Amino acid sequence: MNYFATVHSKGFNFRDLRTLMAKASPLRAADVLAGLAADSEVERAVAQRLLAEVPLRQFLEAPLIPPEIDEVSKLILDQHDTLAFTPIAGLTVGEFRDWLLADTSDLSTLSAGLTPEMVAAVCKIMRNQDLIAVARRCRVVTRFRNTIGLPGRLSTRLQPNHPTDDPRGIAASILDGLLYGSGDAVIGINPATDNLDNVHTLLNLLDGIISHHKIPTQSCVLTHVTTSMELMRRGAPVDLVFQSIAGTEAANRSFGVDLSMLREAKAMVESLGRGGQGNNLMYFETGQGSALSANAHHGVDAQTCEARAYAVAREFSPLLVNTVVGFIGPEYLYDGKQIIRAGLEDHFCGKLLGLPMGCDICYTNHAEADQNDMDNLLTLLGVAGCNFIMGIPGADDVMLAYQSTSFHDALYLRQVLGLRPAPEFEAWLENMGIFDGQNTLANGRITTPLLNNFKGLPGALS
Amino acid sequence: MNDPWHTLRRFTQARIAQGSSGCGLPTAALLDFQLAHAAARDAVHQPWDVDHFLAGVKNLGLEALCMSTAVTNRAEYLQRPDKGRCLDEASHQRLDSFNSDPIDVALIMSNGLSSAAMDNHGLALLQAITVVYQCSSLRLGPICLVPDGRVALADEIGALLNARLSVIIVGERPGLSAADSLGTYLTYAPRVGNTDAERNCISNIRPPDGLSYQAAAIKLAYLSHQALQRGYSGVALKDDMPNHLLD
Repeated sequence: MNYFATVHSKGFNFRDLRTLMAKASPLRAADVLAGLAADSEVERAVAQRLLAEVPLRQFLEAPLIPPEIDEVSKLILDQHDTLAFTPIAGLTVGEFRDWLLADTSDLSTLSAGLTPEMVAAVCKIMRNQDLIAVARRCRVVTRFRNTIGLPGRLSTRLQPNHPTDDPRGIAASILDGLLYGSGDAVIGINPATDNLDNVHTLLNLLDGIISHHKIPTQSCVLTHVTTSMELMRRGAPVDLVFQSIAGTEAANRSFGVDLSMLREAKAMVESLGRGGQGNNLMYFETGQGSALSANAHHGVDAQTCEARAYAVAREFSPLLVNTVVGFIGPEYLYDGKQIIRAGLEDHFCGKLLGLPMGCDICYTNHAEADQNDMDNLLTLLGVAGCNFIMGIPGADDVMLAYQSTSFHDALYLRQVLGLRPAPEFEAWLENMGIFDGQNTLANGRITTPLLNNFKGLPGALS
Repeated sequence: MNDPWHTLRRFTQARIAQGSSGCGLPTAALLDFQLAHAAARDAVHQPWDVDHFLAGVKNLGLEALCMSTAVTNRAEYLQRPDKGRCLDEASHQRLDSFNSDPIDVALIMSNGLSSAAMDNHGLALLQAITVVYQCSSLRLGPICLVPDGRVALADEIGALLNARLSVIIVGERPGLSAADSLGTYLTYAPRVGNTDAERNCISNIRPPDGLSYQAAAIKLAYLSHQALQRGYSGVALKDDMPNHLLD
């Protein structure tokens, strides 16, 4: 189907829906690199106007990527719940934006009636404040050993990476993070090497620390899903299964995964029964540009591909979904402005689709961005009700060589917005003398029993 | 202003035990961060003196070829990953007509995002790798030096050299605590269109804080043998090397 408009006596023609979607996207390097971006600002504005007139139904009738060639498209159509779709079934994309902004009800029942493409489309004609205002009304609560995503709460992933996976170096960063109140979403290590022995050692280290100090949180070593499966066969203590995912079948294949493999992994980790509070036990990471990077985008823009990854994620009821927004580099998101916009889009789309969204608010040193941009996005996502952010010593990841948010940053956000950690974790922090009962660091926290008796660092502090 | 547990910094370069001013960083820690970020930003744009590096490779007694990607300048390198993944026309033709004896491994070296990484660690890592490959009788092609390359460049070069494996050593993007880290990627049966799921990676090669040359070389030899024996590389090829082999 062709889309056409005349503006300022000039004709604009868009040959199909995915072209219209791409041209309507706010500017980002990824779409320019893919040759999909609007040629001019006016062309972008015209595309947004035409996109606003598209009926939501059309995304069901004319899939952007045919389900015959892509299992993610098939999954999207299979997931779609006609009953949940009913309240908005007669709306166009533009009317859907008005509906979202005017409505004040709980949006959680709507998510099953939405497809990623509908959400991506409306996102393209929403301003940053719209993305914040609507996402704020979508609460997604998940549980494993604690409760994440409650109103007024902000959780953190403690990310204690080390360039050679040295257990003492990792334990030192974990202790530092705990003493700053970080780690309730997960204590999650990106291993420097996927060596099976090495990953097993790290899983044992995390399990030892969490069980010895009775910390109400969960662990994860972010290795390939097949590595986690092999280690579960060998009896390793796996809390959460991690995997990077993307929005097309071909991009997922470039990550070495497909839906059936993820189903198998989920069943395996479920059978370990290590949770207690609840049964959300998958941890996914995503990011705009991954499908393009894998040359697997089918002419679909980066933001829409990203939203499609959330259809994959929601199939597995994850504990955590993390958009690693600036990690991929300036070829995909050029500067602070593009990173901030993408972070808000991803959080909005994920939440509307029913996912427990967090964000790795980050940038690399070849991007035109700095810590001030991260402060901006951090504050905006705090207002938007983001489930969790990263906590990294000094915001500097010494293994992955990029900057994210620090333990201090989380304290700042808690202070200015009055956000508290997950309730079980907050109680533990107070018990340990780390927090003072007022959601801030306790004065006497150097007397915490944790400091002189830390499981991962025997004798190191005496 | 440091926290009392600052002695733990002997175990890690991570910015732990920095203390706090309210919820923020103490001023000294903030200014340290700013300086490190500035240095990392500058490091990204530093060019690579490939002729100087070539002389070093020849000094090791190795045959080397200098080639170019389709990238014409550093700014383009940062914005056009596609151009860093392929040789320019002249280099492609040169390699296409290159007559070499049959080889097992095509070895490519590129500055990538950190010229300092290649200058500080490239030759020492290369030497360690050639030693372990010689010990295991794997035949190495000419060392291909290609500025401004991306990882997938190894697919084209490996295919043109009819290599059974391609190995690319590339400068990793500079971080705040280290601007000179090397990464190595191995791909079985290289051909244009290989996906990342078909590669095995060894990262953070930067002694003394990162991986040593020797450990990286032993790991690479292990993965190379496994790939040749099994006929694949990537996520399906699990690194099950016992850790004591590195001691």
